[in-house]
Order: sequence, then C-alpha cells, then structure tokens
Amino acid sequence: MIATKTKQSKETLEAVIVRFVGDSGDGMQLTGTQFSDTSAMFGNDIATFPNYPAEIRAPQGSLYGVSGFQVHIGSVEVSTPGENVDLLVAMNPAGLKTNLHALKPGHSVIVDADAFTKKNLEKAQYESNPLEDGSLENYQVIEVSMTSLTKEALKEVEGLDNKSITRSKNMFALGMVYWMYNRSTDHTIEFFNKKFKSKPALIEANTKVLNAGFYFAETLELIPNSYTVAPAKMPAGTYRIVMGNTATAWGFLAAAEKSGLELFLGSYPITPASDILHELVKHKHFGVKALQAEDEIAGITSAIGAAFAGDLAITTTSGPGLALKGEALGLAMILELPLVVVDVQRGGPSTGLPTKTEQSDLFQALYGRNGESPVIIIAASTPANCFDYAYEAAKLAVEHMTPVILLTDGYIANGSAPWKIQTVSEMPEIKPRLIKKANEAWNPYDRDEATLARDWAIPGTFGLEHRVGGLEKDKVTGQVSYVPENHEYMTNVRAKKVKRVEDYIPELKTEFADEGELLVIGWGGTYGSLYSSVKEIMHEGYTSIGLAHFNYINPLPKNTEEVLKRFKRIIVCELNTGQFASVLRANFHGIEFYQYNKVQGLPFGNSELIEEFKKILK
Amino acid sequence: MDTTATKKYTFKDFASDQEVRWCPGCDDYVILRSMQKALPEMGLKKEDVVFISGIGCSSRFPYYMDTYGMHSIHGRAPAIASGVKLANPDLSVWIITGDGDSMAIGGNHFIHVLRRNLDLNIVLFNNEIYGLTKGQFSPTSLVGQKTKSSPYGNTQPPFLPGELAIGAHARFFARIGGNTPKEMTDIFIKSEKFKGTSLIEVLQNCPIFNDGCFSEYTDKAVREDKQLFVEHGKSMIFGKERDKGLILNGLKLEVVTLGENGITEADLLIHDAEEQDPTLHQMLVRSEYPLVTGIIRSFPDVTFEERVDELTAKVKAGSNFTKTDDLFFSGETYEVK
Repeated sequence: MIATKTKQSKETLEAVIVRFVGDSGDGMQLTGTQFSDTSAMFGNDIATFPNYPAEIRAPQGSLYGVSGFQVHIGSVEVSTPGENVDLLVAMNPAGLKTNLHALKPGHSVIVDADAFTKKNLEKAQYESNPLEDGSLENYQVIEVSMTSLTKEALKEVEGLDNKSITRSKNMFALGMVYWMYNRSTDHTIEFFNKKFKSKPALIEANTKVLNAGFYFAETLELIPNSYTVAPAKMPAGTYRIVMGNTATAWGFLAAAEKSGLELFLGSYPITPASDILHELVKHKHFGVKALQAEDEIAGITSAIGAAFAGDLAITTTSGPGLALKGEALGLAMILELPLVVVDVQRGGPSTGLPTKTEQSDLFQALYGRNGESPVIIIAASTPANCFDYAYEAAKLAVEHMTPVILLTDGYIANGSAPWKIQTVSEMPEIKPRLIKKANEAWNPYDRDEATLARDWAIPGTFGLEHRVGGLEKDKVTGQVSYVPENHEYMTNVRAKKVKRVEDYIPELKTEFADEGELLVIGWGGTYGSLYSSVKEIMHEGYTSIGLAHFNYINPLPKNTEEVLKRFKRIIVCELNTGQFASVLRANFHGIEFYQYNKVQGLPFGNSELIEEFKKILK
Repeated sequence: MDTTATKKYTFKDFASDQEVRWCPGCDDYVILRSMQKALPEMGLKKEDVVFISGIGCSSRFPYYMDTYGMHSIHGRAPAIASGVKLANPDLSVWIITGDGDSMAIGGNHFIHVLRRNLDLNIVLFNNEIYGLTKGQFSPTSLVGQKTKSSPYGNTQPPFLPGELAIGAHARFFARIGGNTPKEMTDIFIKSEKFKGTSLIEVLQNCPIFNDGCFSEYTDKAVREDKQLFVEHGKSMIFGKERDKGLILNGLKLEVVTLGENGITEADLLIHDAEEQDPTLHQMLVRSEYPLVTGIIRSFPDVTFEERVDELTAKVKAGSNFTKTDDLFFSGETYEVK
C-alpha cells in the first residue's frame, strides 16, 4: 500500500486541511497548534479545531481515547477549520479508524507503522491490519516507522528516559508535515527553547526528532508532493493567533482599561470555559481580581457583590454552570446591576458532551430564570471576535445597568484564528453610570430617560447610602413594595430597558445577496461554516442567496423583520433542535422558517449545508 | 483612602426610615439596636459600612440600617460580601445570616468564607428554627424537636455552629445571648477591629416558633449560674457567687467549686482566645454546663486580602505590562502588509 514513487513536484494550493490524530497522550493538540502557528506566521489565514475526549488519559489505543486537531490553512480567506481533510496524520490504528472517513479520496494518510501492532489493532477493533488488507487502496498511504526512527534519532542524546523518547515521535510527524508544506521549523524550535528552558536534553531531543522528520520526508521519495500554500491577503496590520477563550478574556481586559473600572472575575472551573479563568488569573499586573470560588453560585454571587461595589464584574461558565447561576442572575437583574455572564456552550443536557460543541443553551439564556427576568444576550461568532463581543458585553452591562449573557461555544472558544490586534485607544468609549454625588431628591431607582438605566451609586460614596434587594422595589425609592400596580410597572420597565438596547446596537446586515430566493440565518459560532457554505454555493451559480448572521439575540436588531421580508425563503441553521427558529417564529408572525439542525457535538460541514440549501432552492 | 469618621455619629444615624417588621418580642430587635449602638463606636464613616444578608427573618436587617446594604438570595451572602470586600477592601462589610441561611442552603459558602479569611464580619442569628417559612426544623434544631416539618420529632442531629466554624478554620468566634445587648455591642466592636473573618453567633429567641429555646441558659434568673462569659487573659470563673470555674482534667473540662478540695482561682484555666491550636476553643464551644459565651476564639492570622496584595505586588514588580496593549503586542505577533 505504500505510495508508488512519484515525481517530486511543487504544487501551489489555495488551501489545505490537515488533521493530526493519535492517543490522548500523543501530543496531537501541541502538534496541531505548532503547525497552525507556524503557518500563520508565514502569512496564511488559519482556522483550527481541536477535538479531544473528556478523559484526560483514556486507555491507550482505545477508540474513544483518540484526540485530534484539525488545521485549515489558506492563501485565501479561511473561515472554518474545514470539513474533509487533505492530509491525515494517524499515530495509531484507533486514530486511523475513527478519522479515515474525513480524508478526501485519493489523498494522503501518514501512519506510524510501528503502532500497528496486533494489540493496538485489537484495541481499535480491526479484524485485519488495514495497512495490509487492501482497505486503504483509495488513499495514498505513507507508512513510516516513526517510533523506531525517533528512537534511532535519539540514541546518542543523554539524559532521556524511554517515555520522553517515545513521546517525542509527534515531532517526527510534524517535521514531515513541515517539509510537505514548505514550512520552516524555526518557530517550533524557538518554542522548544522557551518551553524546555530548564531541560536542555528535551530541547535537543525534540529539535533532533523534528529535523529528523523533516529530512526524512525530503530524502525519501515516499512523499507524493510538496505543496505550497501562499500567504493570504488580509487587511494590513499587526496580527497574532488567538484562541476564542483568550480573546474573550482580553476583551474584558480592554473594557476594564477603557472604562476605568477594575475587573473582577468570580468563576468555578468548567470545561470548556476554564481557559478564560486561566488567562485572567495571569493578569494581576493589570489589577485583575480573579476569585476561583467554591462553586458556580459563589462565582456569580461574588461577581454581584463586586458589581455592587463598583467593579466591572464577570463570571464565566458553561451550560450546567449557567443552570446553577440562574437564581443569582435573577437577583442581578432585579437589582439592576451590571454583570457579564459568559456561557461557553457545550453539548447538553446535564453533563452532556463536555468537550464537544453545541448551541443548545439559547433557551436557557433567554428563559432560564424564575419570574419575568429578561437580560441582554449577545453571541460571538468567530475565535477572534470573541474579543469584540466580550468588550461589547461589558459596555452594554455598565451603560445599561443590566446583566448581559455572552454566548460562545466550545468550537470557537478552543479554535484559533489570526486576530488583527486592536489597541485600547481604537475601541469605542465606555461610560459607566457611576455617580459620586446627587441632590437631596435622588433615588436609587431613578432612571435615565433614554436608556431607562438607573444610576450606579457604590458603597463608599458619601450621602448615597441605600439598600437594594431581591424583593420587589418601589419604582422610585427602591424600598420594598408589595403594591400590585407597582410590581406590574417594575416588571414592564425592566423589560423595556432591555428592549431599548436595540437603539444602541448595530442593524442586522446581510452578506452575499441582499434580497432574493433564500436567506440563510445563523447565530453565534456557526458563522464560519455558514459563510463558507454560502460562498461556495454562490460560486456554483446560485446567486440569489443571502446570509444574515445574528450576534445580538436579545434584543434583536431593529431591522430584523425588514431583512426577513426581502427573501422568499428563510432557513435557520443551528447546532440545536431549533431554538433560535422558535424565537424568530414567536417574534415575526406570518413568516415561514425552514430549519437545518444538527446535534452531534460537531460543527456543521459545508457539504451538508450546501445540500440542504439546494434542496430548498429547487 | 481615609476611612476614619470625622463626624461623631449616634445610633440614630444608623437607623433607616423603614418601619421594623419583626414580631413583637423578637431578639432581632436587640441585635439591631446593639449594632446601631456599636457602629458609632467603631470610628467608621457611615458610607463605608455595608450589610449583606441572605434570606430569612434575620436577613431583613439591612433594610433597617441607614448604610449601604443588600438583601440578597438564600445562603449566598458570604459570597456576595466577599465580592464587595475584594472590590473595595476599605469597606466594613457585614454578613447577616441565620441558622438555615448559613448552615443549610448556604453551608458551602459559610465554610469557605471562614477558610479564606477575608476581613469580614458575620452575625449569625441562631434560633434553631425556620421562622420566615413558619416553623420547620433547621440544621441547629435538636433531635426530637417537634416542628411543622417534624411533627413526631426531628431525626436530624444538629450542627453546633461554633464547632463547624472552627472546624472550617474560623479565626474569630464569639457566642452571645440575644438578651445581653451590652456584651453584644462590645463583641460587635471587637469583631470589627479583628482582621479576618469574625463570626458572632447570637442565641436568638424566636417567640413565635421556638419560644424559650435558649431560656435554660439565657433567662435572667439563671444566666450567671449557667453561662461562663469568657474574656481573653482572665480566669474561667462563673456563677452568681463567682464560685465556680473550669479546669482541665485529662482531656475533659471539669467544673469545680472554689474553696472545695483546696481549689483556688489560681487553679482555674486562663482563657487564651489567641491560641492557634483550637482544641480548647472547641471544648469551650461544646460545653453544655456552663454554656460558654463571649469571644471564644480570636486568633490573629494572615488575611486573604494580605495574601492577594502581596502576590499582586510581586507580580506587578516582575512584569513589564502596564497597559493591555503591552500584552496584546507581546510574544508572537506578525505583520501583514
């Protein structure tokens, strides 16, 4: 099955998708990250998709213990990590078995031949060795004895145990891939120098193995082609690669600096949101106060306390944690204090699929509290714009004196992409409603006429002592009130305040066609898939198709209905069973909404979307 | 920030304009008045005082204080108060809670706030019953106690708040009867001065649902004979005639009578509230005769804020970042032209 020797040629490609798979201890996340970072430095646009099991170290060689990392690099705009892959690197039989379906026919798979032992084949539930039984004849199989070549490369390096030696075989694979796509090993070697600063033996070993893989690919004519993916055309500026969760954390840092408020995070570890906590705890030099609380409830309630006392207060979580925070979120809502709750959505219900993506917390965000308690809900749609929407969430919270839920998801939170760095001076102004003094007639629930937001009078401010609480409040004084008409008034005014935010958010835009046959609707993290699918179908000649992607869920953009009416048919695509479609139906009567839904813990693939669009357009 | 009051307040300055709505005869009135009397003695600015409560009869307290305040949700006051304190360490932050609020629904926050040791004050109104929900047993109700939710007698053994708190590393624990305002006022003042989380358990009579729950210890007629009011550095002596005291016999506390078997005051235990080892403090908490009141434990320790401040200063000193832009442009960036 070894690929027949082919002529060495340099081919230029627009985009390439590579997937690295192996055991959860094989270092696939690191390998993939190195490849994507190196490509980004080279000037490619990139998108990544880590896909790993919930078990930290699942039994070796098992099908469910496979960890993968997909990288899409392009000389053109790249908006998703891609669907089917051009190159699969499989470090063991289990990885091959669970990922081969994604490899495009005729394309290459690199395998570590040493890993295809009887035992590993059994663990992967192969009845015969796929390298020998002809089942891979539709692919170019590149068999490399990576484990033994790695051992060979390291036999003269001193101070290494067996485990460190075998664990560096992922760098052999990376070296090969670097050669195949004409990438320099410099960035990764620099990375070793930093990471293993105090362990020179590991620097030497990893560098040796990386180079060994690189030269192996160059020397042996096993590799069918060496490809080039040219740098992409992107707006000029300084870039860096960010993960969605990092971008979220940085958005809050920027908002704190711009608003002059101190940042407080109350949080409890939960997959896949913990990286926001990990990032913010690092930044004590900016005065960030991060409390890892005793539970989800203390995460949000400590943030409510900090908001009461004048901090830019946030709490970060995922679906199950949002459920626990529900009561406290209602408190923040009735107190009318600024608070941002980040929900990095994952597969649900209950513990669900912690490491997989889904958009199924929309209803929970909208309705998951007792009583009438609307809050602002916004959603980020790419790893890089997590920065913008975290910033926007903070701005809306402190300017409108209300909690804001920011929805992201595991897919964009763990995915990485180039981010054109934005300086704080470029960001829009944030004007918190803090007051330092007031006249005699001041009341804590006096409202701004335009926004209906109340003042933020914080403890420590002379003369503004007042009490707030979860009991219904008198509309003027804020004192406890059981007056029936007052409760109805307050219920309505709190809802109206959130609704009025529509005057302060951008209108809904359409991309591709402005009107016509079909409007594709999405929200949040599916943007990349929807965008690239519509783009692809447009290339096929379907020109009357538009895309409207929502970042603002509550309130909806003011012009939503007007946009919907410009198209004959509308399809709402979501990674849930149709939650946003229900919201649209409830808001816009007499409009028919088709749905395309997927709940597999995975992002949309372009082909399934395109097929669906075509069906409707027929 | 200068947090010293320049104005001399009276208790009236701390009373809000709200009508107090507890049941007539409730000890909560005594606690409220003691707090309003204690605050002017603390030398704080009124605007720097914050009361945070949970849910329950006790938790209406903030509405009656003319300070900043929040009546929050059931059990969560310690976490909210922690956020307030971390946001602004210059504030004097008070948590008002009850036995159900702190030890049932809010048990987790209660133990963790004690463990962390922020400079907070907790006043725990213990009446061994749920009052606001009209009379169910609480985590401090006694076994056999008949309540609305235990008509044949309670089968859940109780927590002893002090025992639980010291087990959770409380550095300051005081217990006081709900009918001794003078001592209570004094304890409030001392707890405010203490750097760290202070817990004051008030044995609070509920005249409606659990009337007389502490009267065997707190009634005026028996108080002096049944209670030992401890003071740091003083002998453990009690009784109307000041003739009883505590000694340590092996691993047990023992009540002795002065003058009997040659016992003199010099033989009695001297109260050391500042001792780090809580063994003797736990014995005092558990003692049923005499019931020990006063400041049982007051061990000065590093506060959470001090640890955070030290770490922050260290990180700041070792960092080149002053603005977020420094972070954004640090490490691996690249130019697109």
